[in-house]
Amino acid sequence: MIPILLKVLRTGIVTEPAPAPREDWRVRASQIQDEILRLLGRALVIREVDAGSCNGCELEIHAVNNPYYNLEGLGIRFAASPRHADMLLVTGPVTRNMEQALRIAYEAMPAPKLVVAVGDCGRDGGIFGACYATCGGVSKVLPVDVAIPGCPPAPIDILQGILTAVLRKDGRR
Amino acid sequence: MAIAALSVVKPLAGEAPAAFARVTPAQWAEAARGVHEAGGRIVALWGADRRDATGAFSVYAAYATPDGLAVLDLHVPEANPVYPDLSGLFTPAARMQRAIRDLLGLAADGADDDRPWLRHGTWGEDEYPLRREFDPAAPREAVRGPYPFVRVEGEGVHEIPVGPIHAGIIEPGHFRFSVVGEKVLRLEERLGYTHKGIDRRFQDFTLAEGYRLAGRCSGDSTVAYAWAYAQAAESALAIVVPPRARWLRGLMLEIERIANHLNDLGALGNDAAFGFALAQFSRLREDWLRLCDAVFGHRLMMDRVVPGGAAADLRADARRAIAALAQRTEAESRALQDIFDEHSGLQDRFITAGRVTPELARALGLVGLAGRASGQRLDLRADFPVAPYDALAVKKAGHPGGDVAARVRVRYQELFESLRLVGEIVDGLPDGETRVELPDARPGAFGVGWIEGWRGEVFVAIEAGEANRIRRAHAHDPSWQNWPVVEHAIMGNIVPDFPLINKSFNLSYSGPDG
Repeated sequence: MIPILLKVLRTGIVTEPAPAPREDWRVRASQIQDEILRLLGRALVIREVDAGSCNGCELEIHAVNNPYYNLEGLGIRFAASPRHADMLLVTGPVTRNMEQALRIAYEAMPAPKLVVAVGDCGRDGGIFGACYATCGGVSKVLPVDVAIPGCPPAPIDILQGILTAVLRKDGRR
Repeated sequence: MAIAALSVVKPLAGEAPAAFARVTPAQWAEAARGVHEAGGRIVALWGADRRDATGAFSVYAAYATPDGLAVLDLHVPEANPVYPDLSGLFTPAARMQRAIRDLLGLAADGADDDRPWLRHGTWGEDEYPLRREFDPAAPREAVRGPYPFVRVEGEGVHEIPVGPIHAGIIEPGHFRFSVVGEKVLRLEERLGYTHKGIDRRFQDFTLAEGYRLAGRCSGDSTVAYAWAYAQAAESALAIVVPPRARWLRGLMLEIERIANHLNDLGALGNDAAFGFALAQFSRLREDWLRLCDAVFGHRLMMDRVVPGGAAADLRADARRAIAALAQRTEAESRALQDIFDEHSGLQDRFITAGRVTPELARALGLVGLAGRASGQRLDLRADFPVAPYDALAVKKAGHPGGDVAARVRVRYQELFESLRLVGEIVDGLPDGETRVELPDARPGAFGVGWIEGWRGEVFVAIEAGEANRIRRAHAHDPSWQNWPVVEHAIMGNIVPDFPLINKSFNLSYSGPDG
């Protein structure tokens, strides 16, 4: 136990400040009422769905939970069930083999059903494009609020994209 | 050796030690028996539509033999599109054969299992994406039917379906558990959910461009894939890349291994309810990714290994920064390993969980990191070393235990060895060019690449077409070999240990789904 405590003390707190929102990543005008945003408060719950990514985006989504970005420190956490989620964070070009599962997850979510597409594939199919096996991006299947570019986007960009979806232009929730 | 006895065996150019032979159906079956008897293994199995060139389809098998790779090409006529089954001898061939059926319409004669694998009703039963007449852009209506899982009968047996969407931030796939109480009697995997049509998509690129797609087959292994692709392209073009480029590739591959092993060690601790491990190891991983971003311009080093060399170079200050981080990571990880070893709760979860004995591993063809943790001492970096490994004497990791504890131990061993290699590479990095121009490709030129990624062997084969385009490229993930073994590893364990056991293999979905 003592080595663990010493390691924790020596490491200290490495968390860095959160970024501001990026309006140019917004795909559709927010339909969320201020009231709902206030209700969400600081307790946003995300369901992540890999809709056929190469797993690069998953690595960087995992990274937003590391001590440097400390997503949970902002009151944002990932849930196992879409029924507990305010936001669907979707990666991949949406493979035809995942299309149905993605729709079911979306339908299971309660309002406000925020959707954030992660990465170049999530935005428009990326290098995989649209073909017999892929839909060519999340917006082909679901209404997307914010699309985060990058292959994969860096954790700071993923964090910024998530915050863009839930923050107003002035940075308040 | 059965392969050497074949009449026309021609060596392939390039880094990977490889020979190519066209065979008859009888030789195909005989060679498989010969390789099996000599203790060889199947590396990859794929097909191509070559009707316009040879009047027939081709099915290819790549075997690992003591002399290197043996690639066999069997012509399969359109009128009778069958070839002799290999899954009776080589377990990993079963799913690859099902994929060939789905993508190309060639059937393995004598195979036990002919259920679709990659085709989930999203394209027609009688259309094949890798045939030339297939139009990838044509609109298609999905026809999804039930998938016939193997049922386990008996008193008190019930099924737990999991996925394709799993509980965490993980790739999608379906697991069907048959259980009594908490004990797992049987697990059946159904994968293919992330099938992106990569093999078909390669045909839209030139040989010079395809590395970008190869590097996105499985993002966690982007360097391994890009290097295997570059080797295959250079093999087809019969070119040699400068020493400095090879050393840079080795440096990036070892950093990729370090970053993934740090990730997994943290996640394995976390899956055994030791969140401290995740916090510490994910911090160390982030340090490496930030350094990669600063040095190579990309956190995961995507698109930095290219045909002809490396699209990155190192300045003296970057070399010092890498050596310093390697030293710090070593010191911190040694201390963390002591904490792991002394943590009785953690060891209680790790020891005996998900055991794969060396005999079972050998019979099922387990490869890579998981194979080495089950006594299979295979590592291309030591067995067939290319530069820079030929100058570094890579020490193979290994453990006969075959349980989660062994897979954790092997990760630590490999982490420390890779940290040593990184230090040696930045010290001994040769001077000179990092990239050469690519010559034009001869249509029909064929090449292969074979790289020991952090998870296991990544294999790529390329055939060049007209105007430097890719006529056919196939990228193979070691997860093809290892996924069926996970079905065995979980037997007799309890359901709540599955996430831990699964994570200890940490296999790719995207890689084998293609």
